[in-house]
Amino acid sequence: MTDDAIRTTGLTKRYGRLTAVDSVTMSAHRGEVYGFLGPNGAGKTTTLRMILGLVRPTTGAATVLGAPAGRPGAARRVGALIEGPGFYPYLSGRENLRVLARYRNLPAPAVEAALAEVGLDGRGRDRYRTYSLGMKQRLGVAAALLGDPEVVVLDEPTNGLDPAGMAEMRELVVDLSRGGRTVVLSSHLLGEVQEICDRVGVMHGGELLRESTVAQLRGGPTLHVRVTPTDQALAILTRLTGAGQVHRDGDRLQVDAPPELAPRLARELVSAGLDVHELRPAERSLESVFLELTRGTGQASGGETDTQQEVV
Amino acid sequence: MSEAMSQELSGATTGTGSGASTATTWPTEVRARTGILTTTRAELRRLRRWPAMWVILGTWAVMTLTFGYVFDYVSYRTGDTGFVNRGASTDLMLAELLPDHVPDTLLQGMPMFGGALMMVLGALVAGNGYAWGTWKTVFTQGRSRTAVVAGSIVAVITLAGTAVLLTLALSLGTSLAIAGLETADAAAPEGAELLRSLGAGFLVMTMWALAGYALGTVTRSATLSVGLGLVWSLVVENLLRGVGEMLSAVGTFAEFLPGTASGSLVGALVEVPASGDATPGVLTVLGGERAAGTLVAYLVVLILLTLVLTRHRDVV
Repeated sequence: MTDDAIRTTGLTKRYGRLTAVDSVTMSAHRGEVYGFLGPNGAGKTTTLRMILGLVRPTTGAATVLGAPAGRPGAARRVGALIEGPGFYPYLSGRENLRVLARYRNLPAPAVEAALAEVGLDGRGRDRYRTYSLGMKQRLGVAAALLGDPEVVVLDEPTNGLDPAGMAEMRELVVDLSRGGRTVVLSSHLLGEVQEICDRVGVMHGGELLRESTVAQLRGGPTLHVRVTPTDQALAILTRLTGAGQVHRDGDRLQVDAPPELAPRLARELVSAGLDVHELRPAERSLESVFLELTRGTGQASGGETDTQQEVV
Repeated sequence: MSEAMSQELSGATTGTGSGASTATTWPTEVRARTGILTTTRAELRRLRRWPAMWVILGTWAVMTLTFGYVFDYVSYRTGDTGFVNRGASTDLMLAELLPDHVPDTLLQGMPMFGGALMMVLGALVAGNGYAWGTWKTVFTQGRSRTAVVAGSIVAVITLAGTAVLLTLALSLGTSLAIAGLETADAAAPEGAELLRSLGAGFLVMTMWALAGYALGTVTRSATLSVGLGLVWSLVVENLLRGVGEMLSAVGTFAEFLPGTASGSLVGALVEVPASGDATPGVLTVLGGERAAGTLVAYLVVLILLTLVLTRHRDVV
């Protein structure tokens, strides 16, 4: 049995001349939370649809729990919420889940458990039509949890939720993975992915740009330095830390060095007669990595999440 | 198709512990049947609770009563034979309202009005699922698409059958009541004749329901398929048959239309007045056997078209 809950190789989907998903090769390990990260239209949902067997790939293949995507036997061990919830508007939330439970040969308690898990047990009797956007979304997640599947696929699970609801949803996803399930989600919210995902696949323009753990993606620790005159500081810092470790963005410098090195760097800069305005450890946010990966180089931007630094 | 079904059912019988490829000792056809049984029950569960279904069946019930009995009875009672004046005597008018005439009466409205309503029903069941996103949800419940759609089709056929039985119950009840009121002959209809009528009615109603279902699948839209279906069954077919009386090539083509077949099947079983002013939709273009054969051919083609389309198309 493979360690990968989901694996795709060269997964490609073309619609006429448009390539929605371009040769995506990824794998989500068992028990981890895997996040597809990318802006709207990056190909995240189409990739998930192919993984679920809803859309046939033009080329390439996807396997879920060792079986080809969409194969019913394996699909029964997968729960999914894809591109917004789809339910019968004239039925209550509970009745909608009961219909789905019947497809899965599940008893009534499974429905109650799923409703309770997303906090909808109090509103289960109301018609789906009367639900708020957030409640609809939560019912969609409840449907994905029906029957305690081994793999849960959630496409933009926090869509339509208010801040409290988003926090609850993140907690729920973390709980799911603690329970040993594999969760594959997609999101355009960087903070969300950074907070709950073990590994990330960054998608843009249909391509999977990068796949790694969140920590790897963010790289090692760095120091933010603002010292004048900047040119001299650059020379000193490069001498102390090595070539390629110092990146310049205007009058700001970023040094790839551990925080322990900060006092020594400060001493050297001050003793050279330079003015030290700022020197502090910083961790790159996923957002900065993401922008770097998707936007390419050459553009300057300001603030904490600067990424288009000039490599010296 | 059968491969997919057997695979999905192997999952059902082996639980979650093992992969899809695990073999079971169940014969393939038994497993396939339990799969479709499951999906049919799930589909019926949601259709039973859908007010739209009851509105359609209720409309059909009201139409059956009104056009089959109420108007005729009123004109019989009042002696105002304008509505049903086919040169009939009042005795003959009463005879048509009594129980032994039920096999005839229950079929009259089916080729056009019952069929149109069944078409709407089938189109709603298939088409709305695309707008609501429910097909997407149901297709990710670990059943093959073929099993899901086959179950849905069986559920729609069940509804068409329900409509026919509803017509029977209403017709028998009303005609018995009239017989009681008029102290007329309440003899039951002949069994074989009644069964033949029920079979023909079921065939006609099912064919239209599945035509609507296929349209809903092709267009992936309830509104578009309902609109197209009604224009076709109520307008286009009649125009084609009209043109066909003058242009023989069109006439030959019109012989193969679903409305021609259902109208002719009913026309072969009920009394059609020589004057030509039969109930709209009731025809005598084809013989009974050829009409029934055409309807069965339509059923097969519509079911295959629907299954092939849903199986091979992307669900977006």
